Amino acid sequence: MSEFRYLPVTEEDRQSMLKTIGVDSDEALFSDIPEAIRFKGELNVEKALSEPELLNFLSGLAKKNVSTGDVPSFLGAGVYDHYIPSVVDSVISRGEFYTAYTPYQAEVSQGELQAIFEFQTLVCELTGMDAANSSMYDGSTALAEAAMLSSGATRKKKIIISETVHPEYRQVLSTYAHGQHLDVVLIPENKGTVDLAQLEKAVDDETACVIVQYPNFFGQIEPLKEIETLTHSAKKAHLIVSSNPLALGLLTPPGSFGADIVVGDCQPLGISQSFGGPHCGFFAVKKNLIRKVPGRLVGETVDEDGRRGYVLTLQAREQHIRRDKATSNICSNQALNALASSVAMVAFGKKGIREIAVQNLQKAHYAADQLDRQGIKIVFEGPYFNEFVIDCGKPVREVNRSLLKKGFIGGYDLGRDSSALKNKMLIAVTEMRTRNQIDQFAEALGGIIRG
Amino acid sequence: MANGNQPLIFEQSKPGRVAYSLPELDVPEKPLEELIGTEYIRQEKPAWPEVSELQLIRHYMALSRRNFGVDNGFYPLGSCTMKYNPKVNEAVARLDGLTKIHPYQDEETVQGALELLYRLQTNLEEISGMDTVTLQPAAGAHGEWTGLMIIRAFHEANHDSKRTKVIIPDTAHGTNPASASVAGFEIVTVKSDKNGLIDLEDLKRVADEHTAALMLTNPNTLGLFETHIQDIANIVHAAGGKVYYDGANMNAIMGMTRPGDMGYDVVHLNLHKTFTGPHGGGGPGSGPVGVRKELEPFLPEPLIIRKADGSYGFDYNRPQSIGRVKAFYGNFGINVRAYAYIRTMGGKGLNQVSRDAVLNANYLLKRLSDEFDTPFKQFCKHEFVLSGSRQKKLGVRTLDMAKRLLDFGYYPPTIYFPLIVDEAMMIEPTETESKETLDQFADHLIEISKEASEHPEVVQEAPHRTVIRRLDETRAARHPILRYQPASKGE
Repeated sequence: MSEFRYLPVTEEDRQSMLKTIGVDSDEALFSDIPEAIRFKGELNVEKALSEPELLNFLSGLAKKNVSTGDVPSFLGAGVYDHYIPSVVDSVISRGEFYTAYTPYQAEVSQGELQAIFEFQTLVCELTGMDAANSSMYDGSTALAEAAMLSSGATRKKKIIISETVHPEYRQVLSTYAHGQHLDVVLIPENKGTVDLAQLEKAVDDETACVIVQYPNFFGQIEPLKEIETLTHSAKKAHLIVSSNPLALGLLTPPGSFGADIVVGDCQPLGISQSFGGPHCGFFAVKKNLIRKVPGRLVGETVDEDGRRGYVLTLQAREQHIRRDKATSNICSNQALNALASSVAMVAFGKKGIREIAVQNLQKAHYAADQLDRQGIKIVFEGPYFNEFVIDCGKPVREVNRSLLKKGFIGGYDLGRDSSALKNKMLIAVTEMRTRNQIDQFAEALGGIIRG
Repeated sequence: MANGNQPLIFEQSKPGRVAYSLPELDVPEKPLEELIGTEYIRQEKPAWPEVSELQLIRHYMALSRRNFGVDNGFYPLGSCTMKYNPKVNEAVARLDGLTKIHPYQDEETVQGALELLYRLQTNLEEISGMDTVTLQPAAGAHGEWTGLMIIRAFHEANHDSKRTKVIIPDTAHGTNPASASVAGFEIVTVKSDKNGLIDLEDLKRVADEHTAALMLTNPNTLGLFETHIQDIANIVHAAGGKVYYDGANMNAIMGMTRPGDMGYDVVHLNLHKTFTGPHGGGGPGSGPVGVRKELEPFLPEPLIIRKADGSYGFDYNRPQSIGRVKAFYGNFGINVRAYAYIRTMGGKGLNQVSRDAVLNANYLLKRLSDEFDTPFKQFCKHEFVLSGSRQKKLGVRTLDMAKRLLDFGYYPPTIYFPLIVDEAMMIEPTETESKETLDQFADHLIEISKEASEHPEVVQEAPHRTVIRRLDETRAARHPILRYQPASKGE
């Protein structure tokens, strides 16, 4: 069967192996599958392609997409076009990393374990928290797991979440909450950030947690200080903050404001947009919650000769030990993407993370000024990071079609999620956009909106 | 592998070094205090390292040499399907038109991506025998939970509120009970019989009007085909429950039988096992879920559809949907790799994969069956379980033999799982290994068993040739050090 390049067993091997097993044909090995449920004939999947044909076909499919590598993009809303240093792909292309399993056998997995230990440290430093796990599927599931942790730890069912949190993150939370019988209470937005008066009314001694996003879905910087005070006025309630990690290069970290859990997605740091995944959730907590964290944790220890080494630790939390009593069902996580993000974080270093964050901030504000000059209304007045909301005065879908004709990918249509935000567009400006592109975009958008 | 400690990247830092390059800021710069309240401007920078680009590369190359993947050698880790991860998959997954696309771009600008996903869905429907597949779940356990939430929504829609229990065999993987628990169900355990198969009498006893579902992989976690699968499905269906297929072991049966033909209602597939998505040191995976027609209304939204005009798009009009299980549309990059694999193999190739996986496993089982206790007599499927109980009597545990295998350049099998076999060693060779590799491995494992009787200390003290010896796990758990702090520097 040498026509399949991944299958090394030859006809000669097969005969000799069957003889050792003591059967005439491999059909005997499947004789325990009852005839009534045997599949007859050949699976009707698409036909096999040679390597050159496959490359050709998939390149063709790829070319049917408009790539942000070719067309400047002002689309964000949770996924961003950022600079990814070349070293990232070089490292994650190493077969020793990407073809390995979860590092159960520590003696031959020190590389992965140490890399995760470093990732945990990088995330702690960035968020201002005491401990971080090895990754979650993405920011949305990390947020839902944080709410479940909180409910379990406080033995309370009331989850308070701001409407200014990413709508898809909120939807994922609702799905998990249904299974867990949690009550999700939504606090409305007021002038672009969470309505503090409504929040104050909602927080009580039945509250497990308050969840906000920082910067929030509209790019606005939530008043974490006031939110923290309100949250912790309740007996046990946790403050959960979902953050864009890049913004934390410039913003005071949630840990400094007293957050109990910080989650988010590492995509802005070294991970490509990839049509929404795979990205990489992160999960960081204060010391008192370490033993309730979902997923894998790597800890430092020593070997029999006293040499420093790393192991998966506190596994008594996990599904393979605790089964239905585990803190979460997560098994596979996003290890390779956590590695990608680690490499990017190390490449940026202490200086780079600040510089990139500042460039995002400055360019977004420059773009807002240019749009303002075109007579376009900037909807919210509060401080923001690299995203802001404009009023197009007409359907965003139409505006984006016109923008595409002029060579731009426009912003996110906020009307998708709420009729109150009809005709509003969320614009993201990253360090990848040049002044020239911003100027031309503002001019094009101004023309379309006026036209 | 390289010897000696590799310093942490933080220990290699020196102020002033950089490993990135950005263009100068080309817009007028405003004072930060004008843009953000002072309180919200970070005062202290994160203590991230400062290294040069070459330092960074040497660090990660050193770490990679202290790690072991399928590319390094034989990796017979049971229940994980550690097969070869084709290089062409990596090449196509990195195409600009597949990585530099945003999930919120207009449908018309991502037709290639949508077409690819639609084609993958259709192929997976055929392979699993299910009517509709969603690609949204991010991994196997995520798929399990999604499937159970679908079953829950189905019962709720029928106002069948008593169905609060999920039946799970005592051999099951830990994610099964954990996922059922996250989905809000109670767990009922069904026993295995002396042949390693579900005890039908016990199943009849536990299946009742409270049963929401049975979760069962087939072949089961012992690597044995549940021959009475139709009876099992009938018992659960007669009680009003649904039958859930954990696709972890799909590699054994492609083109031989399908979950849909066996009577299953919901299936998840691990694209990072059977369909060559690389394991990545623990992810990312992809765990699509397929269902029968009657469960289709409950699938997560959006679904990817082909429209009447031949174009592709999202279907958000799903009032009975369980909702979203993840932001965006799943782990697209892994789905691209799985699609590339299916297109490389075709229907005949996928069937040959399963035939060779089963042949390799049975051959290796036969080669080891004189030296080790083999608890079950049925032919195995893609994997099998040995018991180290004979060696245990000599004072050598399965853990010791696993560690000794490291000295011979292998990643050891899964050990102490399933829980019902004493000193279990679960071996899955996969179809991408040659007879020569299997023979060498068998010779080495037999040699280790001989060592157990002749020089037990050699096995008990293994590994001897790795960069580090056995680690103190108790100490790690008692006094957790989960991050670097300058004070925690090793000796």
